[in-house]
Amino acid sequence: MRFVDEFRDAETARALAARISARCEPGRRYKFMEVCGGHTHTIYKHGIEDYLPEAVTLVHGPGCPVCVIPMGRVDDAIHIARQPDVIMTSFGDMMRVPGGESTFLDAKAEGADIRMVYSPLDALKIARTHPDRRVVFMAIGFETTAPSTAVTVLRAAEEGIENFSVFCNHVLIIPAIKAILDSPDLRLDGFIGPGHVSTIIGCRPYEFIARDYRQPFVVAGFEPLDILHSVDMLLGQLAEGRGEVENQYARVVPWDGNRIAMEAIGTVMRVRPHFEWRGLGFISHSALGMAEEYAAFDAERIFDIPGTRIADPKACQCGEVLKGVLKPWECKVFGTACTPETPIGTCMVSSEGACAAYYNFGRFSRERVREATRA
Amino acid sequence: MCLGIPGELVGTVEEFTDLAMVDVSGVRRRINMGLLADDDLKPGDWVLVHVGFALSKISESEAKAVMDMLHGIGQAYTDEIDALKESDIS
Ligand code: SF4
Repeated sequence: MRFVDEFRDAETARALAARISARCEPGRRYKFMEVCGGHTHTIYKHGIEDYLPEAVTLVHGPGCPVCVIPMGRVDDAIHIARQPDVIMTSFGDMMRVPGGESTFLDAKAEGADIRMVYSPLDALKIARTHPDRRVVFMAIGFETTAPSTAVTVLRAAEEGIENFSVFCNHVLIIPAIKAILDSPDLRLDGFIGPGHVSTIIGCRPYEFIARDYRQPFVVAGFEPLDILHSVDMLLGQLAEGRGEVENQYARVVPWDGNRIAMEAIGTVMRVRPHFEWRGLGFISHSALGMAEEYAAFDAERIFDIPGTRIADPKACQCGEVLKGVLKPWECKVFGTACTPETPIGTCMVSSEGACAAYYNFGRFSRERVREATRA
Repeated sequence: MCLGIPGELVGTVEEFTDLAMVDVSGVRRRINMGLLADDDLKPGDWVLVHVGFALSKISESEAKAVMDMLHGIGQAYTDEIDALKESDIS
């Protein structure tokens, strides 16, 4: 096994890999899910699986916010963008997400005023400088991003900006994890928990996984060494018969999360009774909408929204990929009909999507395995 | 979009707006510090920046490590910095 310079500390990486191998019980197989798309990216980029024993498999979870946006919501957003005087804004990652008929980029080419912003605060600034236009921010993201939207709305309210609203698509990580735990298709042995989401929600919300499902859960950082370290911690828990929440990323993630961020979310948003996830279907209490008190900033109340529902294309197996049931390359259209340039499914759009990550780095990693076994 | 990028606080936090000048890879932009109001930030501190907001305070060595890793991921990182360059929060 060869360790390349991506490990900050090759010695430690080697020691961890050895311990991981030693911890595996003979004949037993382990399947861990990394929930967050950022981890998926690191795993493929650095070929982490090449450094793990055969008995350990990593499967990818639903933690890429762009990937879980259903096509109907994209169509709804484009419908809003086409209303008179509207400027639709969103993050760059949204631009190529396929809706039922088109993407933001297509709609823009056809004349809709759709602009890419770095921050919801940039969208608010557009509203401030264009008082004659109605500026809508299409908000996407997990709890990592929701506080930014919430604080922006609080700011708009304080300033009395009346031409700014949010098309809220923020989703919640806990119900998604629960849906996967309750899904019969997949048997897991533990989780590599999301890093940035946890800076906001902290580690306590995961305790039910340890308590009710008796599975280990390790909140992890994004460096290759962090991933190896968390796999080692998961195996350690299993070896000792423990199922606990542990924080491998304590240098960034506080156990109790961020109080101010959670309060901002709680003030401006409410949990929806249910929300559709691409590939996963409707999940109860799994997303945030705008609170009644902030109705003036809620695009869903301001505009007449069709509430489009579109089934995913037949060829698309994003649902299976998001649940970790299929590996990206097992999808029938992977790399042929579906590529980052012409994505069919959302997992191919964002660089955090499992399919895009594998498409961009997978071959590199396979090449390297060959090279390493020859060396 | 899910990236958290290290930035160094180079100014003081304005009252009311909670904005402060942050240097991210040589790009200086105003970033909202409101979520870290409990942290008593001062110039020279490092934070993890996400969509115009500081999410958590980090050590300088952590900042360097994250930076090294981000430089290695290529496109996603350059896209994020390009988006940041377009940002003009006030
Ligand atoms: S290859 Fe394309 S269609 Fe298939 S799962 Fe991945 S993103 Fe979805």
